[in-house]
Amino acid sequence: MPSHDVMPNMELYQPVQVEDALAIADRLAERGWLVGGGQDTYGWLKDRAKSADALIDLSGIESLRGVRETADGVEIGALTTLTEVATNALIQERYALLSQAAGVVASPQIRNIGTLGGNISQDVRCWYYRRGLSCYRAGGNLCYADTPQGMNREHALFEASRCVAASASDTAPALVALDATMVIRSAAGERTVAAQDYFVGPANDIENTTVLRPGEILTAVRLPAAWANATFYFEKIADRNVWDFSLVNVAAAFKVSGGMIEDSRIVCGAVQCTPRRVTNVENAIRGQAKNAATADSVGSMATIGARALAHNGFKIPLMQNLVKRAISA
Amino acid sequence: MSTHIGFDFTPPDIAGKVTGEIKYAEDYKREGMVFARLLTSPMPSGRVVGIDATEALRMDGVVGIFTADDLPPVAPPGNPALAGEYITYVGQPILAVAALTEEIAESAIQKIRIDYERRPFVVDPLTSLTPGGATPYPQGNVLVRTREQGPDGAPIIGAEIRDIKWPMSAIEGMHSGKGPVGTAEEHFTDNWQFGDLEGGFAAATVIVEEPFVTVGYPHHSLEARTCMAYWENGKCFFHGSSQSQSANDISLARMLNIEPGDLVFINEATGGGFGSKIGPYPFMAISGNFARVLNRPVQLRITREQEFYIGSARSGMQGWIKVGAKADGKVCAVDLVIVNDGGANGGGSGNSSAGHVSLCYQPESMRYRGISVYTNTTPRGAQRGPGQNEMAAVLAPIMDKVANQLGMDRVAFSHLNAVDNNGWYGNQSGPVTSAYMKEAVTQGAELFGWQAKLALPKQLPNGKIRGIGVGSGYHGAGGRGYDGLVRIGTDGKLYIHSGVGNLGTYSYAGTCRAAAERLQVPWENCEIVRGRTDRHLPNSSGQGGSNTIFTHTKTNWLAAEDAVNKMKEIAAADLGGAPADYDIGGERVFRTSDSSIGMTYARAAQRAIEMGGKYSGQEYPEDINDITVRSVQGLAGTGLIGVARDNISGNGQPPGILVGYCEIELDPATGKFEIMDYAAVADCGVVVHPKNFSNSMRGGAMWGFGMIGLERHVYDPQNGLPANTGLYQSKPPTYLDIPSVTKSGAVGIADPENPVGARGIGEPTQGAAAAALASAISNALDGFLFNRAPITTDMIIDHVAGLYPATNMTTNTF
Repeated sequence: MPSHDVMPNMELYQPVQVEDALAIADRLAERGWLVGGGQDTYGWLKDRAKSADALIDLSGIESLRGVRETADGVEIGALTTLTEVATNALIQERYALLSQAAGVVASPQIRNIGTLGGNISQDVRCWYYRRGLSCYRAGGNLCYADTPQGMNREHALFEASRCVAASASDTAPALVALDATMVIRSAAGERTVAAQDYFVGPANDIENTTVLRPGEILTAVRLPAAWANATFYFEKIADRNVWDFSLVNVAAAFKVSGGMIEDSRIVCGAVQCTPRRVTNVENAIRGQAKNAATADSVGSMATIGARALAHNGFKIPLMQNLVKRAISA
Repeated sequence: MSTHIGFDFTPPDIAGKVTGEIKYAEDYKREGMVFARLLTSPMPSGRVVGIDATEALRMDGVVGIFTADDLPPVAPPGNPALAGEYITYVGQPILAVAALTEEIAESAIQKIRIDYERRPFVVDPLTSLTPGGATPYPQGNVLVRTREQGPDGAPIIGAEIRDIKWPMSAIEGMHSGKGPVGTAEEHFTDNWQFGDLEGGFAAATVIVEEPFVTVGYPHHSLEARTCMAYWENGKCFFHGSSQSQSANDISLARMLNIEPGDLVFINEATGGGFGSKIGPYPFMAISGNFARVLNRPVQLRITREQEFYIGSARSGMQGWIKVGAKADGKVCAVDLVIVNDGGANGGGSGNSSAGHVSLCYQPESMRYRGISVYTNTTPRGAQRGPGQNEMAAVLAPIMDKVANQLGMDRVAFSHLNAVDNNGWYGNQSGPVTSAYMKEAVTQGAELFGWQAKLALPKQLPNGKIRGIGVGSGYHGAGGRGYDGLVRIGTDGKLYIHSGVGNLGTYSYAGTCRAAAERLQVPWENCEIVRGRTDRHLPNSSGQGGSNTIFTHTKTNWLAAEDAVNKMKEIAAADLGGAPADYDIGGERVFRTSDSSIGMTYARAAQRAIEMGGKYSGQEYPEDINDITVRSVQGLAGTGLIGVARDNISGNGQPPGILVGYCEIELDPATGKFEIMDYAAVADCGVVVHPKNFSNSMRGGAMWGFGMIGLERHVYDPQNGLPANTGLYQSKPPTYLDIPSVTKSGAVGIADPENPVGARGIGEPTQGAAAAALASAISNALDGFLFNRAPITTDMIIDHVAGLYPATNMTTNTF
């Protein structure tokens, strides 16, 4: 039974320039493992449930840190710590939704080390998968969680496809709600991907949670001016008030004029493998008053299509309540 | 006039703990030391068929492998240090590998191939009791006491594992809240009854009947266990993480197959134990014996995950209770059934759970039937108030229901039934030394503002619901028969030798204050001698059961009393008169009629050495323990020795009692609640160390809040796999889950059977908080009974949404 809690021997690369990191990542390809704050990585490696030949430590690349104002909003380096994201004045002023989300991730200690890039790119938190069992996501041919006796309280309501693990990120729903863009670089160049498309579910790729491929590095996140200073709502429900993953969270951005909702982006986390945008609700409330009556009228729409497992049925009323609260707040 | 008892002081190890300079077992290194690591079972039930360590042993830096074959066999349901024939839970240690570094040892473990044979398994006690249900051992699921006739006609009392199954009517009855319908005496292993139960229920105005379930909370002491051992000249020097000091000596020596005098057990500081480290634990046998085999120091440090596996857990309960109360509120009948989850070994605490009910409510009649059933889950053992605290957590809302149906205020109901000086504990087993629970109920209600809070609206403008609750905690809090040992040096200082472990509660230091008090020595002239067997420590109790304060203020007082008497005798011999003519004060012994005639403690110590005999430890009382004998012999001739066994027969059990009050605001939309206020008042006699008392009250309350609101113990019943092997999955509460301020107080009435009037209180602090919070949650939800501990966020959401199942008796799944 693995209970190692000891790092395995592996090569270590510590580049200080993005270009060097890209070259190393390109050369190592599947053999390499990118690490920023390491809050997800070290659990995998010390438990020896996953392994790699080489660790590419990005933490020395200063250009991947910090918040910069751009012509169309703000760009945040992927290595910017969650504490910096939560406390940055520019983000607090214009994108408070992200500040709030980053400010409730895990614990202060983890936020001081953990990065924005790591928080959105982290692996799913299914305890069976993390235990090192040979499930679908780990290359096997069964799911331990999606059985009548599976202990699946934290798992997904939507878009399960062999795997029912849910996304654990608090900042990912906020970035989707803000219509952020992910900047991805490789030795071949740069590409950008809308946050909504950055995350992938098991139906498309059961072994990865993002579109990042070997050799690619997420270098920055861009927040567009279009959703700056919108009306925001973020709420995370977890068992504990600190050092816990969301049971369900909601991140919402509203453009409101005269009390009426002109546009919105409402995204829930921890209900499927990727942040779930409730577009049917967004459509239903467009042009409606932003109040409790509107919220009550559409709340149940948020969970249309949900398929509860043996122990996660509570997420359905919880998700409905959070979406309603986002609209009525 | 007290000078030490009831006053704050700074225990001597505080500075080291704050600065990080104090050493825990893991911090000790030794030249030539190697590191051992454990390979543990991946399956819940089976046996080891073969081990191939060839490749591992060929690795550079690997120095040895240690298996069950290297230790004496342990028959089921014993908890072997290493398993072979009987694997009974995931995570059970199978072998240890020693290497020059932990990294090499872990890499070697990855290269070891083990052939297993799987066996059926079960993770739920009621499932095992069901006809046809799997058993955790091939022999069965329950340890049954046996009584056979020996060759000389005398009975041989023993125990063996047997397979006990209940009739389906009983299983269905438990699952439907009707109790174990159709069971007979042989379906239980524990039975007792007092009073006229049938008549009691006949006299009841209100009868409430409820099922309940609790889970098997694992331990999460911050210090995951480390043992480091080495041998010199036939002696084993053993660094271990333990709650206790001298209480380890005999059992650990037996594990190492040596005489207790050849063991030096070293334990300067411990990062928490809470019942899981009272005595030596099985894997201590690995470090000590492996070190002897390898002839070099061996350190074995287990991981946080392994701490979950082999650190033991609280026993869960699947139970049923029927309570009858008269119109005036007096509880007249209780019928209680508890099926305990004994895990892979260890046992349930049902009898203690029943004892909580009987002490806190003093029913006129009561029947208890219990059975502890083994499962293929982590071993069970003591955890802060084992039995009492989990019972408190589920009992409080049930008793609230009784009070509510009587139309009686819940606090008034608690007060009416509370134990007092005429009360008793357990199966009317005996009296209590003293009890002022009624005073604690009243003072707690005032501290909390119960009446004012009752008048506040429940529905809040922000959509939340206010709930207030009351609950009680209890644990037996004191023992007798242990030894005290003090030495007055020729430097005039008082050396208080303590075999009490430093588990983080500072009771080791608090109890020493009794000796300083009796001898009237300023604290700065006292030195506590502790932490290693070879510092000559007396036989002390294990630091479990909230007993230390009562037990060792007494032993230290008695040892100091012995020193006082000897100094009077020395003074009388040297200065004339009779010992009764002398008194002490100002670190002198002097003639009462003329204080100028006397001598200093330093002089008395010098004279004790010169006079020899009992005065300086060449002679000692016949009734002291062998451990203390060795220590006195080691100290002989070094000063004036005060030594005594607490052989004062007591009258009853000293109880530790706490009454807690809790106010919450519950958000029905999210299932979250915030604890707005918590106040508790203890009935623990005189408070020895006020600062430490308030810290204990807050720390215990925090764990109690976790017990009812957060902590989980989850097994996949299909695969027998545990889900919460780490801290974040088990969810002990954090600093943001509790109120920033909690209030506490003490009745403060002295216990007559302790020289400083003190009783223990450590364990009930958790139970009362859990009970008060459970009561408040139920109150917020209009009296709804989850009948579970914990009550997690999802359960509250499900209830509000109408999704919560009527009865769900499975344990280890939430």
